[in-house]
Amino acid sequence: MDMKVSKKKLGLKEKYQHMTRGLGWETTYQSMDEVFPYAKYEGIKIHDWEKWEDPFRLTMDAYWKYQAEKERKLYAIIDAYAQNNGHLSVTDARYINAVKLFLNGISPLEYMAHRGFAHAGRQFPGVGPRVACLMQSLDEIRHAQTQIHSLSNYNKYYNGFHEYRHMLERVWYLSVPRSFFDDAYTAGPFEFMVAIGFSFEYVLTNLLFVPFVSGAAYNGDMGTMTFGFSAQSDEARHMTLGLEVIKFILEQDPDNLPIVQQWIDKWTWRGYRVLTLVGMMMDYMLPKRIMSWKEAWEVYFEENGGALFKDLARYGIRPPKWLDQIEQDKDHISHQAWGTFYNYAAACNFHTWIPTDDELDWLSQKYPNSFDKYYRPRLEFWREEAKKGNRFYNKTLPMLCQTCQIPMIFTEPGDPTQICYREVDYKDNKYHFCSDGCKEIFEHEPEKYIQAWLPVHQIYQGNCFNEGVDPTAEGFDPLAAVLDYYHLNFGRDNLDFEGSEDQRNFEAWRGMATKNT
Amino acid sequence: MGVAAIKEYAFEPADRLENFHGNQLLYIGWDQHLLFCAPFCLPLPPAMRFGDIIDKVLPGVFGYHPDFAKIDWSKVVWLKSGQPWQADFNKSLAELGLKHKDVLRFRTPGLDGIKGSAS
Ligand SMILES: [Fe+2]
Ligand SMILES: [Fe+2]
Repeated sequence: MDMKVSKKKLGLKEKYQHMTRGLGWETTYQSMDEVFPYAKYEGIKIHDWEKWEDPFRLTMDAYWKYQAEKERKLYAIIDAYAQNNGHLSVTDARYINAVKLFLNGISPLEYMAHRGFAHAGRQFPGVGPRVACLMQSLDEIRHAQTQIHSLSNYNKYYNGFHEYRHMLERVWYLSVPRSFFDDAYTAGPFEFMVAIGFSFEYVLTNLLFVPFVSGAAYNGDMGTMTFGFSAQSDEARHMTLGLEVIKFILEQDPDNLPIVQQWIDKWTWRGYRVLTLVGMMMDYMLPKRIMSWKEAWEVYFEENGGALFKDLARYGIRPPKWLDQIEQDKDHISHQAWGTFYNYAAACNFHTWIPTDDELDWLSQKYPNSFDKYYRPRLEFWREEAKKGNRFYNKTLPMLCQTCQIPMIFTEPGDPTQICYREVDYKDNKYHFCSDGCKEIFEHEPEKYIQAWLPVHQIYQGNCFNEGVDPTAEGFDPLAAVLDYYHLNFGRDNLDFEGSEDQRNFEAWRGMATKNT
Repeated sequence: MGVAAIKEYAFEPADRLENFHGNQLLYIGWDQHLLFCAPFCLPLPPAMRFGDIIDKVLPGVFGYHPDFAKIDWSKVVWLKSGQPWQADFNKSLAELGLKHKDVLRFRTPGLDGIKGSAS
């Protein structure tokens, strides 16, 4: 008998059913536990994967069509921007350093997010979240690619863009974003989803993208603005996935609550620490300011995040730990971070500078409780010294936090004059931390963090010199050897903005574009 | 449980003493002088005299600060792991009981940074 062939096209709902849920099966040759070896060790209990609700019901074919359209628009704008020498229309050449920070510190995380979601997607026994993770994994590699393509235009003209991939695994400050993502990526699939899918994408992503994207727009950078908006358009889906994951896990078993809560505490703190870089960028690196870090934190974290955690209270979730400290820190961390890069400007692949007078006044006005009292005197002293030809370049390596890997720059809650020191003795060794948050994260999984690749310690162990370099040779210059290992060009990529090649070139090229000389 | 892992996970710490070619790490911070953004990490031989650190190492580390030349080292207050600590310039790090990755802080009463801002 012939098979009956239905001529009717599948409805959307049926199509979704076949093209997602219909793709999974119970394995028989191998046990499900062996096929999904990471599904249980984190202690999360899932009883029924079918309860997963996919809020978008997007199928792969629709996804491709939709994303391809976005790509076409994006590349049309980026090409036009490049062909019209768009880089010369940014506010001033200092702005370009914000973009360097983005390419070096953020874009590689997009790639790591791609890997992380691919891994989580592979490891979840449920088909619904697997497909959702697959799509996010593709989104993330698209973000990495579009950012690299857009920013490669700057690489033709300015220093510090040339080796972001090589530098990520070597340059001291890049160990901060790198170790953040390595920590998430080496966790199990559930922790990864809470870490990146929820805490980062849902709670903190606006603080990353809105300032960067609107900062780019304010400062005349169409290229960055375009990839920023294109990435933002995936964000609604990512945020929904992040929230859906939390709700799904919590609804499956009451035993999951304390595990998830610990992850939320940990990853909000970890993410918050990484965002210090964004705070610094907003307050110091955008010639035309959008809003202060403190204002952004109040809108995107305190207001929006507050509402989110109110909503999650019905699952037993409370707001993340250490919020009282974060609340006090918002007056300080951007200034402390800029001071750090000013200190170590010789070992950096972007330039730093002292803000102009009207920028200092803007900071005073935005930070009435802290700026004039603690930070302005520091910056003005440095400016005076620089005028005398004595620009401060700190040449001694700093003490780092074992968890977040940021130099120990943060001050005691309640005392901005005192560096915050915390330590733990673990198996005959001492470990140091910038905060209670980082200390507690270590104590929860010490065996993981005692393996941390801390750039300062690695340099002292002799692991950050090129092959064949002999550190015992006469006249050995450790800083020069480390910069070689970083592939950082001394005098071009590093040091103060004032007097830099970028500054000179931008001025000359803009002159050619706007004058008749 | 020291780590969530699918099987046994135990390795030597990345920063154990043996990895530093005969040196030990000493962290040292100058309280209320945050022009130096963070405390420092120094690799030093355990036999080094403490006074030599003060005379020969610290000027290169902290000397940029105008307060540094004004320090009266007999009045400096020392803290080790946040607790009061007695320095002895004639003893070595080992004799003073300073171990790998110990942290010292010093306070210089009367010197409180650029324009009193703890910078
Ligand atoms: Fe992304
Ligand atoms: Fe930390």
